[in-house]
Amino acid sequence: MYGGGNVFETMKATALADEDPILLAAFEARIDRGEKIEPTDWMPQLYRKQLIRMIEQHAHSEIIGSLPEGTWITRAPGFKRKLALMAKVQDEVGHAQLLYSAAETLGKPREEMITDLINGKSKYSNIFNYPAFTWADSCFISWLVDAGAIVNQIANSKGSYGPYCRALERICAEESFHLKYGHHCVIHLATGTKTQREMMQAAVNRWWAPMMHFFGPSDKISVHSEILMKWKVKMASNDECRQQFLDMYVPKIWELGLTVPDENLKKNTVTGEWEFTEPDWEEFKRVINGDGPCNAERIAVRRTAEERGRWVREALLAPKAKYVAPLA
Amino acid sequence: MNTEALKDLLYKMADDQLILGHRNSEWTGFGPLLEEDIAFSSMAQDKVGQSWQIYKLLNELGESDPDTVAFMRNAEQFHNCQLVELPNGEYDFSLIRHFLFDTAEMIRFNHLATSSYAPLALLAKKIKGEIKYHTMHANIWVKQLGSATEESIIRLQTSLDSAMPYALGIFESSKFEKELISEGIFRGEETVKSEWLTQVKSILEHTKLTMPNIETITPVFGGRYGKHTAHLQPLLDEMSEVFKEDPTADW
Repeated sequence: MYGGGNVFETMKATALADEDPILLAAFEARIDRGEKIEPTDWMPQLYRKQLIRMIEQHAHSEIIGSLPEGTWITRAPGFKRKLALMAKVQDEVGHAQLLYSAAETLGKPREEMITDLINGKSKYSNIFNYPAFTWADSCFISWLVDAGAIVNQIANSKGSYGPYCRALERICAEESFHLKYGHHCVIHLATGTKTQREMMQAAVNRWWAPMMHFFGPSDKISVHSEILMKWKVKMASNDECRQQFLDMYVPKIWELGLTVPDENLKKNTVTGEWEFTEPDWEEFKRVINGDGPCNAERIAVRRTAEERGRWVREALLAPKAKYVAPLA
Repeated sequence: MNTEALKDLLYKMADDQLILGHRNSEWTGFGPLLEEDIAFSSMAQDKVGQSWQIYKLLNELGESDPDTVAFMRNAEQFHNCQLVELPNGEYDFSLIRHFLFDTAEMIRFNHLATSSYAPLALLAKKIKGEIKYHTMHANIWVKQLGSATEESIIRLQTSLDSAMPYALGIFESSKFEKELISEGIFRGEETVKSEWLTQVKSILEHTKLTMPNIETITPVFGGRYGKHTAHLQPLLDEMSEVFKEDPTADW
């Protein structure tokens, strides 16, 4: 699961000054023609750097994202839910595996990426810094956070880097099952007993603000990234993704008798755009910079897992082996 | 057909699968490497799925529906061996438990595939196809980590020594061994155990690990009769936390 809000490297005006203009022109022409760039092809340093950063953030989001939902595997009510949730969270970990391997084709080893995650150098999707208090929270994540991720990932799967696009296609196919599972869970709660309905509404109330943040800051205030759009690294703007999500899912939320905690939320019939209260971008910044309800806990869990598993990885170490092929 | 004996057999097997499946699922997000998160999750799904199917057989024999049976009983009503309820500990313990337990499972379901109780024989054929991969996974890892570094060897040996008394508890005799054997439902725990010892030793021979002397070990029994460690009830409380909020609700 992953949304927008990518933290891209600040680009200097001179970033492309050292690149060979002929190679650069050929590279851009290939992208214009809709060709995919493969690991052994020539690419500008900036393209490589930004892609590593984006794919790495995506991979981290998958493993960190498995934590809030993972805590509900052992508490899922009934066999059907227990089995489905296990499979769902397992998929997320599998996505991380696919994505780390895609990023590795650009030259950064998995261990190094995980070290950067643990040290706080590398980011992940902000939404996982919020706690999943109840079963209904886990259902909200499975349905709507995954739905948001699909919007973003389908756009990115049309990008220019071959291994990332192929990984995303596989990921989206699995995410579509997650969405069905999550929707099924939410329907049961929203149309269930009074306790279940209240539990579901409380989850929507809790998760709405993080969900709006999920797609990243408004285009009005986010860093301009024309060159990343031109190179098909970033495929849709944060606002475009957010609008698409609202258009697809707000009616479905309302249909279940649930309310959305934003009295300004409505579709403008003239422009066709959704209007809403501007999300609190100061909070977004605060949380992404480490001061959210669960940042410390999420990283601590990951660090502990890494430390506890070190002896296993050392026992597997074959220093001469070199990984080259992407999984997708 | 001795239904009481059959139910006793089915309950202990279903409970084993459910509890170990639950423990395996606790590795999700915490594995020593992503591939092991994924592997333990697959085994968890298989085991919980297998328990569900066995509870369905019990349901056909007049017991409550699988969700009620799994989510509403207390620890003393469970018949799993104590090995499966122990906390995961470090990866070395989880791996050794998985190796010892699944080696026994493979033999058990191989036998059950020819059970005189046809629904069980049919299910066992399906289950043994899944467990084959669990034992392959365990064997590869035990061979690798049991021969790799000083730390990995010491860790596995320590876990092997501490798990062995509990592993012998898998084969605690039921009240119905004779009936199950004479009616051709199941060949009995002693038969499984003797094959198990041979197979466990044959894998350990490929490692730098030493098979504990089982003659001097007192097996930990009691699980099959509802006697459990202090770890089982908290596991069940967690498992049923949401379900019990309203057992009649459709979740």
